[in-house]
Amino acid sequence: MKRTQKDTEDSARQIGRRSLVVGGLFFGTGAVLAARMRYLQVERADDFRLLAEENRINIRLLPPARGLIFDRNGVLLAGNEQNYRVTLVREDADDVDAVLDELSRIVNLDLVALERARAEIARRPPFVPVTIADRLSWAEISAVAVNAPALPGVNPDVGLSRVYPMGGDFAHVVGYVGPVSDYYLEQTGDTDPVLQIPDFQVGRYNVEARMEQALRGRAGTKQVEVNAGGREMRELGRDPPDPGSDVQLTVDAGLQNYVEARLTGESAGAVVMDCQTGEILALASAPTFDPNLFVRGISTSAWNGLNNDPYRPLANKATQGLYPPGSTYKMIVAMAALEAGVITPEETIHCPGHMDLGDRRFHCWRRGGHGRMNMVESISQSCDVFYYELAQRVGIEAMSAMARRFGCGVRHELPLSGIAEGLAPTMEWKVQNRGAAWLVGDSLNASIGQGFVLSSPLHLAVMTARLATGRAVEPAIVRSIDGVSQLPGTAPDMGFDPRHLDVVHRGMWQVNNDGRGTAYGSRVEVAAYKIAGKTGTSQVRNISAAERAAGVLSNADLPWERRDHALYVGYAPYDNPRYACSVIVEHGGGGSAVAAPIARDILLRAQLGEVPPPEMYPVGQRRDVEEMHRRLPILREPPVPTGRIVRSQA
Amino acid sequence: MSFLEYNVKTTPTGWRKVLYLNWGLVLLLVAVASFGFLMLYSVAGGSFDRWAEPQMERFVLGLVVMFVVAMVPIWFWRNVSALAYAVSVLLLVYVEFFGVVGMGAQRWIDLGFMRLQPSELTKITVVMVLAAYYDWLDLSKKSRPLYVLIPLVLVGIPTGLTFFQPDLGTALLILMGGGAVMFVAGVHWAYFAGVIAAGAGAVTAVFASRGTPWQLLQDYQYRRIDTFLDPTNDPLGAGYHITQSQIALGSGGWTGRGFMEGTQSRLNFLPEKHTDFIFTTLAEEFGFIGAASLLSLYLLILVFCIATALMQRDRYASLLVMGIAVAFFLYFAINMAMVMGLAPVVGVPLPLVSYGGSAMLVLMAAFGLVQSAHVHRPR
Repeated sequence: MKRTQKDTEDSARQIGRRSLVVGGLFFGTGAVLAARMRYLQVERADDFRLLAEENRINIRLLPPARGLIFDRNGVLLAGNEQNYRVTLVREDADDVDAVLDELSRIVNLDLVALERARAEIARRPPFVPVTIADRLSWAEISAVAVNAPALPGVNPDVGLSRVYPMGGDFAHVVGYVGPVSDYYLEQTGDTDPVLQIPDFQVGRYNVEARMEQALRGRAGTKQVEVNAGGREMRELGRDPPDPGSDVQLTVDAGLQNYVEARLTGESAGAVVMDCQTGEILALASAPTFDPNLFVRGISTSAWNGLNNDPYRPLANKATQGLYPPGSTYKMIVAMAALEAGVITPEETIHCPGHMDLGDRRFHCWRRGGHGRMNMVESISQSCDVFYYELAQRVGIEAMSAMARRFGCGVRHELPLSGIAEGLAPTMEWKVQNRGAAWLVGDSLNASIGQGFVLSSPLHLAVMTARLATGRAVEPAIVRSIDGVSQLPGTAPDMGFDPRHLDVVHRGMWQVNNDGRGTAYGSRVEVAAYKIAGKTGTSQVRNISAAERAAGVLSNADLPWERRDHALYVGYAPYDNPRYACSVIVEHGGGGSAVAAPIARDILLRAQLGEVPPPEMYPVGQRRDVEEMHRRLPILREPPVPTGRIVRSQA
Repeated sequence: MSFLEYNVKTTPTGWRKVLYLNWGLVLLLVAVASFGFLMLYSVAGGSFDRWAEPQMERFVLGLVVMFVVAMVPIWFWRNVSALAYAVSVLLLVYVEFFGVVGMGAQRWIDLGFMRLQPSELTKITVVMVLAAYYDWLDLSKKSRPLYVLIPLVLVGIPTGLTFFQPDLGTALLILMGGGAVMFVAGVHWAYFAGVIAAGAGAVTAVFASRGTPWQLLQDYQYRRIDTFLDPTNDPLGAGYHITQSQIALGSGGWTGRGFMEGTQSRLNFLPEKHTDFIFTTLAEEFGFIGAASLLSLYLLILVFCIATALMQRDRYASLLVMGIAVAFFLYFAINMAMVMGLAPVVGVPLPLVSYGGSAMLVLMAAFGLVQSAHVHRPR
């Protein structure tokens, strides 16, 4: 079609005008875009540069190697071992299930752990290695390495894991570590970033738990460049971790092993102390358990087995168990009475076999009575009536004050879990806790370590050490941290009249070395190793008048849990006290028959530094003792000091 | 005066046409595409054959297409405008039923050697058909309601089809490209005022319909609008792209972090860094200077187009060139605004720079039309 000249001119003019309007819009928009560019790239460049760096650089934590724990001679009690494990990276394994099937043909995979690993793989980003199996043997890890081509995404890996080479011997001293749980974080309020490291282990029990801060060390960091998915691209810098401090304990691994072995088969606790320095040389509780079970998280069946055992392997009877100390408490009453001046060392008291107080009759353990006896004899023969009399003369407040001076009814601060305070009762205590007034009968019960009085083997060991030396020895279990001594200086004198202490010492000597002493059977034949001590048998039931009339049942006729506790405290050598020992055998029966022989063996082992030879024992006992030692599960090879601290960097 | 009245003797013929091409425009296109090759090489982590090489091959193919289109007289293109429009609309209908689903939208026809997006084609054919329509229409009738309705229907059909693919970004580009031709053709101002008012109403309706059974946009489109309005709301979720994109841009500073040194793109913090977000990498690695240079090149291309349009004595050629210029402008302006946080993320590539076949070829064909108008203009 034709268009007129005028039309064409009009059209061109109009298109020209409107095109310029559009062009103006173009440049207007261009200006806005340029302004925005300038704003982002020039004015706010520094802000965005910072954000880009924050995006790019990620801080990863490096776990510190946990401090090692040694015994007093440098024997390793808790170490870190190379833990061979197998990890899987999902994105490298095309078919996770096929790879896991293949892997299970090579190494033995725990089904439960495998299910957990599958869930973890599904949950984590595809490039994060997930542990499939750990604690593999060298043979297994080698097999995995050899079969690597058939196992895409599977990597053999090595990390550090806690190991307790002495097994159950130190479960009740060193304790154990375990994985960090939500419960742990909540309980401790610990915000150390190191806890966020997967599979990080923290102390859960005893020294491992109570010395956590020293043992843990400080996490290192490495700065890595990461991509948007969080995968590490390269390392930019590294601040190596500080390993935890090494802790040396006062315990002697050989002695500890002997004590645990000697208690095998009983439900018992024992403590051996250096009575000059207060260093704890052995602290045993039987039965024990293998702390290595807890390191990776214990299985439910193993846990139930430990938890339902009537002998309570998980409880530390040496520090947490509280028992009526029975006759082992009599030295405290004697010292209180002597110090108060209500009796002289020579004064005698008549024992008719019982004491009547109002309409209540308090019996002596010997029905016929001991007759007239002085204080030394009252200790060696453990006359109850003598102490009923002393209790009436001196009163409960002086007895319990003396008990606390000897470290009973006091919490000893050691880095162990759940240390019991015990109880040295006072009149006020009974009013507040039992809502009743203190009766003289309560004092009589307390005087023979019954009634309200409660002590642990630790209390009794401290008491014995203080009796033996007359000095206020404090128990200690940490010898040094990173080589720096943690031991207290020489303990101060307790300020007793030496004659008073001498009376008690002679009494304790006679217990083991006088023909009428309650532990004469547990004497030592060689003069240089002679021991002195005191037996105790504490009732866990009330004997009714009817039962007494019918004849008191012997322990052998009672069910286990109603039998008496057997106790013994003692020290050796008598003339230059070095070792103090306390033993409690729960429901073991009589202290002289059950606890004293154990304590004698322990004290001999402590003095000799080896399994006591038969010559130490009375002739008639030698064969039995030899036979017993042959059967004991003690280490035939003494534990070897590591000497050098070997560490591997994570 | 119309084509047939040109003094054809003054128009170059045969191979001499090559000399009359707008070589400045060709140079600009090559410069812009080179930015693309450089960035595609960089975002592939220094790999040439991943994205840069195929892109170069397609650009060369595009140049060939441009030359072929340019050699054909502009009046031929006017005569096939309606046909081209019809074919592209039919293709749009075809993909609606048989298209390949990708990125949550039906967009492609797989031709084997390339994936054809009919919606890309439609952006140009709508401009062609409208230019032809206004060339045909008597000047005095252009603002009459009936003759305004006809181009609206022509624009509305492909816009609607694209919108329901659903591809909001391309639908808007088609609509605005068509509107631009109508505007340049001289349709009365009042209509545009009316459209703007209606647009405001439509936006209100879109927001009001949210959550109701007759909601107008897909959920993902609403979320994009939300995050556009406040990207910091959800920095690790839907707002992640915009936030990371702005960090990349801003951290470039004046001179950039250096070629292949952009941490944001290198470490995959940027989404779709080789397609829609390639400008971010450019701005990160070459800074304000690099980004502003590219923007200047784009604006210069527009200047060349406007100049070509103004040189024409023919309505079809002028309108076509202006329409193509507007379409081109919308491409890069929306893309840049999007990555700089000035517009919602609508999935518009950066023309000639983003990795992608059909958009590049269609654009080069469109510049072929501009060149054809330039070569065959009256002298």
